[in-house]
Amino acid sequence: MKTPEQMTAEDYARLGFMAGLEVHQQLETDTKLFCRCPATRYSPRYDAELLRHMRPTMSELGEYDGTALMEFKTRKEIIYRIARDTVCTYEMDDAPPFSLAEQALDIALEIALKLDCKLVSELHIIRKQYLDGSIPTGFQRTTIVGVDGELRVGERIVHVRQLALEEDSCREVSDRGHRRVYMTDRLSIPLIEVVTEPEMRTPAEVVEVGEAVRRLTRSTGKVRTGAGAARQDVNVSVKGGTRIEIKGVPSIKMFRALTHYEALRQKALLDIRRELLGRGLRPDTFAPTWHEVTALVRHTTVAPIRKALKEDGVVYAVRLPRFRGILRHRTSHQHAFDHELSGRVRVIACLDGSPNLMHDEDPGMSIAPRLWDAVRRALDCVNGDSLVLVWGPAEDARLAASEVAERAREALIGVPSETRQARADGATNFERILPGPNRMYPDTDLPPIAITDERVARIEDTMGPLPREWEACCRERGLHLELIIPLERSGHRDLFERVVTELNVPPKLAAVVLGQLTRWARRRYALYCDEERIFELFKAFAADRFTREAFRSLLKSLGSDPGLKVGDVIEAALPRSSAPDPQATVNRALAEETHWRAIVAPEARLKAAMGVAMDAGLRGRVPGREVRVLVDEALSAADIEREVNHD
Amino acid sequence: MTEPIPVFDERPDRYKGYRGAARALLERERVGVWSDVLARTSRGDFAGIILPRSETADDRHIVIKMVSGYNVGLAVANVISMVERGYTEAHYKVPEKEFPVDGGKPNVVLFGTGGTIASRLDYRTGAVIPAFSPGELYGSVPELADVCNLRTEKLYGVFSENMAREQYIGLAEAIGRAIREEGIDGIVVGHGTDTMHHTAAVLTFMVQNPPIPIVMVGSQRSSDRPSSDAALNLIHAAKTAGTSDIAEVLVCMFGPTSDEYGLLHRGTRVRKMHSSYRSTFRTIGDIPMATVDRDEIVPLRSDYNRRREDREVTIDAVFDDRVSIIYYYPGMKADVIDSLIDCGYKGIVIAGTGLGHVNKPLYPALKRAHDAGVHVYMTVQTLWGYVQMYVYDTGRDMMELGVVPAANMLPEVAYMKLCWALGHSHERDEVKRLMLTPISSEITRREPHDGYLIYQGGLPEVAEFVAGNLK
Ligand SMILES: [Zn+2]
Repeated sequence: MKTPEQMTAEDYARLGFMAGLEVHQQLETDTKLFCRCPATRYSPRYDAELLRHMRPTMSELGEYDGTALMEFKTRKEIIYRIARDTVCTYEMDDAPPFSLAEQALDIALEIALKLDCKLVSELHIIRKQYLDGSIPTGFQRTTIVGVDGELRVGERIVHVRQLALEEDSCREVSDRGHRRVYMTDRLSIPLIEVVTEPEMRTPAEVVEVGEAVRRLTRSTGKVRTGAGAARQDVNVSVKGGTRIEIKGVPSIKMFRALTHYEALRQKALLDIRRELLGRGLRPDTFAPTWHEVTALVRHTTVAPIRKALKEDGVVYAVRLPRFRGILRHRTSHQHAFDHELSGRVRVIACLDGSPNLMHDEDPGMSIAPRLWDAVRRALDCVNGDSLVLVWGPAEDARLAASEVAERAREALIGVPSETRQARADGATNFERILPGPNRMYPDTDLPPIAITDERVARIEDTMGPLPREWEACCRERGLHLELIIPLERSGHRDLFERVVTELNVPPKLAAVVLGQLTRWARRRYALYCDEERIFELFKAFAADRFTREAFRSLLKSLGSDPGLKVGDVIEAALPRSSAPDPQATVNRALAEETHWRAIVAPEARLKAAMGVAMDAGLRGRVPGREVRVLVDEALSAADIEREVNHD
Repeated sequence: MTEPIPVFDERPDRYKGYRGAARALLERERVGVWSDVLARTSRGDFAGIILPRSETADDRHIVIKMVSGYNVGLAVANVISMVERGYTEAHYKVPEKEFPVDGGKPNVVLFGTGGTIASRLDYRTGAVIPAFSPGELYGSVPELADVCNLRTEKLYGVFSENMAREQYIGLAEAIGRAIREEGIDGIVVGHGTDTMHHTAAVLTFMVQNPPIPIVMVGSQRSSDRPSSDAALNLIHAAKTAGTSDIAEVLVCMFGPTSDEYGLLHRGTRVRKMHSSYRSTFRTIGDIPMATVDRDEIVPLRSDYNRRREDREVTIDAVFDDRVSIIYYYPGMKADVIDSLIDCGYKGIVIAGTGLGHVNKPLYPALKRAHDAGVHVYMTVQTLWGYVQMYVYDTGRDMMELGVVPAANMLPEVAYMKLCWALGHSHERDEVKRLMLTPISSEITRREPHDGYLIYQGGLPEVAEFVAGNLK
């Protein structure tokens, strides 16, 4: 199977590769979207648990049929872990929503405007159903803010279908058997969902567009950053294939492998379909059979089956007529077609052992050949048939057998509509059947919200420029891209503007302090300094209270305690009373610490001497260039002295 | 959709919910509800199906559903033109399936009063379409067929706050008929939750000595949500009605907020205690009757009336609603009571402070009430505990004015009982006898220590309990 590096744009064009993105980006707000809980960072701490089941509602399914009822009977127990400080009765679905957070709406409107979206005049909150339990209500409250936008990516325009404002879902902790556990800390944090048209023609383009969307949202300085703050779904299809959604991709870089292998998976499934049709199979007459064969394999030594039997489980065998060779047909660099069967068994029958099935062409674990023969006889197999074994508790194993048969039948139709989970290796796992189209309901708990022209005008007036306009403006000030991007990400763009224009601080210095040093303090020491105090710090700098070399340590001190005053911190680090005399300090230091004398290369010697002088109490108080002049003079004097002595 | 597009002027309700400027725009553009339109607006083009507008919403926006399933509102002032491209009308229908009959299962009657126990939401309008016939219920809660055979009868279609005298009497009589004339094994009453405890109390007085369980049930989260408590409550209630041996009026609602088990509360000791929690119903001043889950009913006490084979029941459906309830507050003026007397009220239930007190300035009014033949009963707004009017002089003074202490009857229960008692007699001693003779624990002789348990969140030992059990 080809790797992404081995495929050209033409290869993808021949496949009919098409991809679109759904970018979810959390907004930096004080509260959650529909309640007054703080929108805090994640924490694994919890102090209570709830149990809920998600019941399919009639309207989604039209009506209940046997399959839906079966699915419900083998349903999941959903456990929610909640903590008093981050979750209230709203997120528990024990109270109706409060009014929508205006702060979040303003940010969403700003991003919609920056994406040139058409803004709606009145927001209507919609319930989008999710039966996987990721939201305790069973639906996500979401609302469209704008539609039909566009984004410039390099030289081309990518169209944005819509921008929605919605509440975030839970984090999955585990999913074992019939029990799925969710952490609720990020539940209901406001996020926007930007949906692009499926206009990307290569995996590399998907990455490029993903990065452009991220840059645009971050340029507002009002979105969350860090692990999990931005998550992407990508949908992929090839000619003759189906739109497949790959969910929750944590890193944009992963798009390349994921979309590439998904395209190839769809191609493989289409090849399998052609092969099966060629064998004379048709979806409406395909007749797989399955039976319980526990008694026949009772004495197997295969560990997972033995374990299931010990727990009073049963074994089912499924006969797939004329499927020989198909289960071993490669569908990705990691998997063959049997992985498709295994995914359904894991998700729908809740049998998540590894392996959770085996077949008679399995190169790996297998029951003894004579046992296969016995099973083959029991199911009246003929040459060319394939056999699959599944095992587990009786209800689950029976459901697993029928799911295996169903997925095999779907192979005759093509690529089934699914959502798939991203794996780190670029392959994907079956997650669930794509939900039906009618899963959007008006939310009767909240009234519509008018978006007035005044509100739009206010946001247009206060929002900053687009990334490309901002970039041009920074370049004019002499900044290069390596300084511009961190500054943009830092969210301190407005502060940068103030510092440069009001205080006349050199743009490069301001960019380094705001784009790099604040980030360094945050990452290295988890220290965060508010903008007002950083501005105060620059003010003191502009008044020559300290020199640029002191920014690093002063930021670190300020960040350690939000109550500290800027003046006090500077005074503590660099007391005015002990301000040294530069000339005397340089002379004394160079006389006392003499290792620089041994260095011959003039540049290195100067550097070492500078270090000695600065360490002697000049750092942060006397500008480096002044010290350098003094050190230079001292070194010249020393040279003259040495030459004199030499002579 | 290939159905023919109806002639515009013949479409019924084509401006449903639209008034003023919004309606004028629709009339001008000759489009209406269910029109699939392309709208040109000053904020760009929008396409979708025009939806009915909520009556309470303003007249300055038109709502459309876009292909994505999202609804958005277009400001009337921004719309330049609207062109109809098609027409897609919503059809309201709950899928029905015949409820299977199994001779081995108990027969249960479900009476509907108006709360929607099961319903389907129309995905476009958000309209809730109630499911009520056995077929509709089977379509939405198929597990019911594992529990019982079901007959349903819709008695009323009112919100629970609109339940009153007429409905109480009609419901009690319908229950009597079902017990006497049908060989049923249990009754379920579907009811909105807000006043479920009022109805449970009055049914206890109106339907005495029933041979079978009478189980009231509702839901705190509507059944159109995947997380609804409705289906589980209904299953628990049907199971209780069909199989439990507690032949009393019960309220069956969630125990914890988790989908775990339900509690069966005696109709006279139960109260809705939270405006939105699932586990809102609590037994006050006593412990509940039993727990119920899909598998079993576990009684928590043994002092209840057992199920009987006979078909005998006393239906005593009388109700005089010239009764009011007064929630005392400091500084209350006598004119509040005076006005009730002047309006012809025959009974007053006071929810007094502490052990059952009101301030002195009310005394003349209380005396006047007594002299006018108004029956005045005292309960406590603390909900837990007994009225005790001997402890302080003020209490003794009040009793001399004719105020009767109602022991530990809950204020709403005392209200329902006084209405019922006045339906029998206005003779002072007879009313008093009826009021103070408990029919089913509305007054209890003693309060067990664990009849009052309100744990204070945040304490270490409570945190430990909460962490160790599902909420
Ligand atoms: Zn909250």
